[in-house]
Amino acid sequence: MATKSLQKRDSDLAKSNRQLEILSNGIFKNGELPTFRDKIAETNQFPLKAKKLEILQINVGYMCNQVCDHCHVDAGPDRKEIMTRDTMRQCLEVIKNTGAHTLDLTGGAPEMNPDFRWFVEEAAKAGIKDFIVRSNLTIIRANKKYYDLPEFFKKHNVHVVSSMPHWTRGKTDKQRGDGVFDKSIKALQELNAVGYGMPDSSLRLDLVYNPSGAFLPGDQMAMEKDFKKALMEDFGINFHNLFAITNLPIARFLDYLIASENYEDYMYSLVEAYNPTAVENVMCTNTLSVSWDGYLFDCDFNQMLELPVNGKSQHISEYNEDLLEGRNIVISQHCYGCTAGAGSSCQGTVA
Amino acid sequence: MQKTYYDPADLRKFGKITEWSEELGNTFFEYYGKVFEEGALTAREKSLIALAVAHTEQCPYCIDAYTKDGLQRGVTKEEMMEAIHVGAAIKSGATLVHGVQMMNKVNKLDG
Repeated sequence: MATKSLQKRDSDLAKSNRQLEILSNGIFKNGELPTFRDKIAETNQFPLKAKKLEILQINVGYMCNQVCDHCHVDAGPDRKEIMTRDTMRQCLEVIKNTGAHTLDLTGGAPEMNPDFRWFVEEAAKAGIKDFIVRSNLTIIRANKKYYDLPEFFKKHNVHVVSSMPHWTRGKTDKQRGDGVFDKSIKALQELNAVGYGMPDSSLRLDLVYNPSGAFLPGDQMAMEKDFKKALMEDFGINFHNLFAITNLPIARFLDYLIASENYEDYMYSLVEAYNPTAVENVMCTNTLSVSWDGYLFDCDFNQMLELPVNGKSQHISEYNEDLLEGRNIVISQHCYGCTAGAGSSCQGTVA
Repeated sequence: MQKTYYDPADLRKFGKITEWSEELGNTFFEYYGKVFEEGALTAREKSLIALAVAHTEQCPYCIDAYTKDGLQRGVTKEEMMEAIHVGAAIKSGATLVHGVQMMNKVNKLDG
């Protein structure tokens, strides 16, 4: 289990251009597998174009209290990239004026940003229909100053979305670190105690499942059923929905795939499971991702690969919905992760 | 020509068997797909049965395929190992129950 980010370890894979090189060479260069561009061109889906903005996803910083094996952000306690209040103000201007129905805060652990609460309070005033915070759960138990987070979320009617790789301790701790399972269970119980995730409750609590190794997620509904049964029987925990998300071959998950000699097989699995219907609804077509320093990306994955949006509106300070709508989405082979099987997005399956 | 009988990469080529006998191949894959659909048994239960049978058949391709399939369905390693023990128990039981035949024969010839 790693305790430092790839960046802190000075790993070659901390560099986005090295990751892009790997994703473009080898089996994709020698023609064994088609590039993503060629694959979507087969069904006349190239170029992928952005539709109307529905989801604004803001990454408020890469700092995290955990160092999960699969993290596509390469987040960790050693990451210092944090969104400033000035950039948050620029985001708030956009939030107030956009027609997007969903605001999605992510990180790292977004709660670790010193201006997180101020930002949530201000953003909640905009009255966006669905206001998501992606919480890793353990942060709620990490330090006394976070203990009141369930009440804080409730006060601002935040929709909590939390990661949970499995309903067993062993598989969860293998991916996310020793002790993560027990803390996550405790955090879920505390969220339930204030009303989150309870049947018929308007306080939404959803879980994100992503596989603990080099395999694709199974059927989302079947997994949800298994998660619900196990978490209720073992710990009396309620939650609303489970989002099954595929691990994309970038950052620490790419590092893991290469080190465990699973990279080629994994890419084969993604390409074999390619589903053109998923391409229709892939999240980059209705989402915009904002980085900690205010730059705009088609998705959080492109943000980590430092592939900015096409066009002249590339920073939140120069946000222009007219220029962004209809833009060509920036793609590479990692995009196969969102089009495999039933598809994958930050909201779960798409096909 | 490869020097070993089994190559893990051959599993990916399984679908190509239809190229030399299209109708039979397609019929098989259609049947295969139907068998593993959710029915009176869940797809998860069928996956565990397939894993156990893969071991009793000692098919390395099937073992790879249904180990991965199980992981995708959230099956734990404890569940997988128990399923294999079920297969092993039937295999050993099938050997030992023939011991009765041996006993019958001994009793007849030398009883």
